[in-house]
Amino acid sequence: MVDVPLGPGTIIPAEIEDVELYHPKSWVTKYVFSQDAKVIAVQYAIVALSVGVVALVLSWLMRLQLGFPGVFSFIDANAYYQFITMHGMMMVVYVLTALFLGGFGNYLIPLMIGARDMVFPYVNMLSFWIYFLAVLVLVASFFAPGGPTGAGWTLYPPQAILSGTPGGQDWGIILMLVSLMIFIIGFTMGGLNYVVTVLQARTRGMTLMRMPLTVWGIFTASFMALLAFPALFVGCVMMLFDRALGTSFFVPSIVEMGQPLDRSGGSPLLFQHLFWFFGHPEVYIVALPAFGIVSDLISTHARRNIFGYRMMVWALLAIGALSFVVWAHHMYVSGMNPSFGFFFATTTLIIAIPTAIKVYNWILTLWRGDIHLTVPMLFALAFIITFVNGGLTGLFLGNVVVDVPLSDTMFVVAHFHMVMGVAPILVIFGAIYHWYPKVTGRMLNDTLGKLHFWVTFLGAYAIFFPMHYLGLMGVPRRYYEIGEMSFVPPSAHTLNAFITIVALVVGATQMVFVFNLIWSLRHGRVAGGNPWRATTLEWQTPETPPPHGNWGKEQPVVYRWAYDYNVPGAEQDFIPQNQPATNTLPLMGLAHA
Amino acid sequence: MLSILVFLGLLAVIAAWWLAKQGIASKPWMEQGVAYDTREFSPAPSPAKIGFGVFLAVVGTLFALFISAYAMRMQLPDWRAPPIPQVVWLNTIMLILSSVALQGARTAARRDDADALKIGLAAGGLAALAFLSGQLLAWRQLMAEGYWLATNSADAFFYILTGVHGIHLLGGLIALASTGSQAWRGTPPQRLLLSVDLCATYWHFLLLVWLILLSVLIGWAGEVAAICRQLLT
Amino acid sequence: MAVALILVLVAIGSVAFHLFSPWWWTPIASNWRYIDTTIIITFWITGVVFVAVVVFMAYCVFRFRHRPGQQAIYEPENRRLEGWLTVVTAVGVAAMLAPGLFVWNQFITVPEDATDVEIVGQQWQWSFRLPGPDGKLGTSDARAIGPDNPLGINRDDSNSKDDIVIEGGELHLPIGKPVKALLRSVDVIHDFFLPELRTKMDMVPGQISYVWFTPTRTGTFDILCAELCGVGHFQMRGTVVVQEQSDYQAWLQEQTARKFARLAPTE
Ligand code: HEM
Ligand SMILES: [Cu+2]
Ligand SMILES: [Cu+2]
Repeated sequence: MVDVPLGPGTIIPAEIEDVELYHPKSWVTKYVFSQDAKVIAVQYAIVALSVGVVALVLSWLMRLQLGFPGVFSFIDANAYYQFITMHGMMMVVYVLTALFLGGFGNYLIPLMIGARDMVFPYVNMLSFWIYFLAVLVLVASFFAPGGPTGAGWTLYPPQAILSGTPGGQDWGIILMLVSLMIFIIGFTMGGLNYVVTVLQARTRGMTLMRMPLTVWGIFTASFMALLAFPALFVGCVMMLFDRALGTSFFVPSIVEMGQPLDRSGGSPLLFQHLFWFFGHPEVYIVALPAFGIVSDLISTHARRNIFGYRMMVWALLAIGALSFVVWAHHMYVSGMNPSFGFFFATTTLIIAIPTAIKVYNWILTLWRGDIHLTVPMLFALAFIITFVNGGLTGLFLGNVVVDVPLSDTMFVVAHFHMVMGVAPILVIFGAIYHWYPKVTGRMLNDTLGKLHFWVTFLGAYAIFFPMHYLGLMGVPRRYYEIGEMSFVPPSAHTLNAFITIVALVVGATQMVFVFNLIWSLRHGRVAGGNPWRATTLEWQTPETPPPHGNWGKEQPVVYRWAYDYNVPGAEQDFIPQNQPATNTLPLMGLAHA
Repeated sequence: MLSILVFLGLLAVIAAWWLAKQGIASKPWMEQGVAYDTREFSPAPSPAKIGFGVFLAVVGTLFALFISAYAMRMQLPDWRAPPIPQVVWLNTIMLILSSVALQGARTAARRDDADALKIGLAAGGLAALAFLSGQLLAWRQLMAEGYWLATNSADAFFYILTGVHGIHLLGGLIALASTGSQAWRGTPPQRLLLSVDLCATYWHFLLLVWLILLSVLIGWAGEVAAICRQLLT
Repeated sequence: MAVALILVLVAIGSVAFHLFSPWWWTPIASNWRYIDTTIIITFWITGVVFVAVVVFMAYCVFRFRHRPGQQAIYEPENRRLEGWLTVVTAVGVAAMLAPGLFVWNQFITVPEDATDVEIVGQQWQWSFRLPGPDGKLGTSDARAIGPDNPLGINRDDSNSKDDIVIEGGELHLPIGKPVKALLRSVDVIHDFFLPELRTKMDMVPGQISYVWFTPTRTGTFDILCAELCGVGHFQMRGTVVVQEQSDYQAWLQEQTARKFARLAPTE
């Protein structure tokens, strides 16, 4: 197959001339109010990781209380519930969503599809600063009178806006709702950018089916986020009205601390529907980019094309679509009409099928590969294990009747930490080790990386795997202390202490990673343009780190898909996407195709 | 949650149709060279247009969710729908006029007719302002009759739905004002074509949203849904 | 090498922990044995999948690790293999879902002869109401709540006259008789959770939800609140005492007597 020359009248899609880009003139426009997606990506990443450190410290405090109840007198019940809430909300929204879409999305989308930048750079910059504002408002609630809200990250009314909950009648809940609304507005700006850039700014030859799965994952997740966040927005607006203006959307006639409230008729379940209509897709908004990234990590470091690329794309799309019709599996025991359970259990377990296909294809990619056990590869392997573990426990919770004894217990806490806490975080680490050389031009230190990997993976597994069994026993979640429960043996307290100690060790090890990030900036081995010998476009930039505009004079032209590793008859074990087609057909090995 | 599911279903159909055209079933490893890019033969629309389309999808989702919430809350026994102030009908006419005027502006921009363009933009903007002031009037009437925000959730929904719609129109007016000022400063209509185009589309979209909201607030939508349910059973 | 070994150890360790650790569910005390059976089926299926995936990975890591001269194959897809895997997965999923839905149907279908018991949650304690001799509970309304009527019982409803209210105490139930628990809250969402009876349902203010079960073992069981309901959430405990029929009747007599003793002076 030979390159077909361009006929007259062919249109070159969206090639922005380099000169047309607004190149920054001063330090402020280059590093602070930058419109370069790569700088914005780093800004997002730094802010999100900082929020992550705060959330991590909060998790230590919670674990200290759970492991050694009564020892740390400064953690009272009030504070504990505030920590839980802020930890959960920060991790899910302000760390993972922001990091995957704002961080990796901004850095990788334009580079991987061969664009010079996002299509709306100015809006992109606004998006980051609005996100930053949302973080400031969120953090401000720590200093507000009454402290942050302690309503749990699910913010269920009516308790979220009543005085029995920390921050319910103070500033906490208001700041939380306002911060979320700001975040959603900022995210919508960013999300529009990511989606439109993929739709419109792909370079010549970059068809949809030639995009790396990373781009597919981020693209699908951004689309889902654009359609899911409005549900949270609507919920926030209505709750804010209930809290501040005395409406009764979610508040029925109730008493507050013995006093009848002047509300009537509201439906607490209405909020839950809105929340989970956002909340379930949110799980996949975090998971799909991780799916995409991990596919590329595995393929690159196993030197083998991703197995079943088409299935991978279809499965992504199927998961994205299906995840909008499963939300009420979080509400099996919420008091909603119980016959909904049949429908939602069925849709939920159906989602398991495309998800399982993805897992099969990852491990089949390893089969007969040439596996380099680099640090990113190790993280990818660990992701598969934790994700499979968490996904399988999801089959318990999705299967409506099994959810009855398990919901709202530590089993749930263990499940979602495994599947949307640990697994995506491992991908984030792997991805940072993988792309750090592109961002900075230097490699991260390998020994420190391996230390970081083993402690984090084995530690996180040791934290969350045993926790399932506490839940199976019946220990509820969101308990400040277990206290006396007739069915909980004393050994459970030992287990809790063990989990806490491991959590502290794992947390402390993250400092090794932070040190590595900073130290390697100066002292890391110089990476060169393509240290992993990868095919995708971001590794083919003329300069590393890529300057504003990415490609120098000419945008790359794409001639092949993203996974030409170990093509029979090729000189090297990889063929970059922008290498023109040759007459040697790599198709001889395609017995199965 | 029915209305949001119907809306998202519609989006899913559009997405599926578009993806089907993109060779989603092709085997990319069999194909080398630039020639496999369908955009070589039919160019993609401009980023602004695609972005605008996606934006409308997001706004549509927002309204579909509000309507879903309305429909769920409505079924509870304390619901007392407020009377719809008469001025709302006048407002609806204003919004229709506004849409028509902007459609006129769009054709004028296509014809490169600077004067007609200015008239269209001005008329559209004024009619939209009239709509917004009319909506405020409707709020004041409701309050005068004792239907406050916290009186009943039906009242609260009236204020929220009209308010969110109004804010979106207000945002549109800002874009319209900037386009208008450019037209007045003598920018040739051809160069304004894109912004006028987007404004007009946005206005039609908001008109459609308003008509749906109105039918929901009056209760027609509920009746239609009830009839559909009867037909199905 | 080491990596493959550690991966295998993770799988073995997980299975060993499952089999040998002392932490397991509490012995069941209700008719919901089927739930436990479904969990066991699910443990088997998911356990096999987990071990298979991890061991397969470990094997690949060991067998196809990079060595000089190692070359990967070029195989973009294999429709037949992928088709089979999809089918097998679908069968496994169906094998878990089918019993699950079957049991769920029982879970939400209350038997005719179940006795009504009302459970009321409030920050942060449990109260109970028994229907009394007429077997019917009177209606309630949160707006009727006051110092002398903490549960907001509708006093005008003749069914409420003989209702027996137990505040903040323990609920007694007879063994072997199905109970329909009517769940209600007067302030925020709580959740009626009895780990040993495999029973859990939210109690939502403004509506009445239900859950049914038949106690099958005498003893004293903890009621926990399983929906975050404010700072006192973890302290919201109650007790269910399951008794033989005769003991239960004696307790019921005592409660009734107490009720009328309390009412006597005002009448
Ligand atoms: C080693 C790291 C982590 C530790 C030790 C940890 C620990 C905890 C603990 C102790 C709780 C409270 C459990 C309870 O009593 O209900 C919790 C809740 C939670 N965590 Fe983590 N966590 C970690 C990482 C993460 C990550 C990465 C995420 C991101 C998804 C996350 C999301 C959540 C959420 C959503 C909650 C629920 C909050 C709520 O109940 O409202 N955590 N975590
Ligand atoms: Cu979910
Ligand atoms: Cu409670």
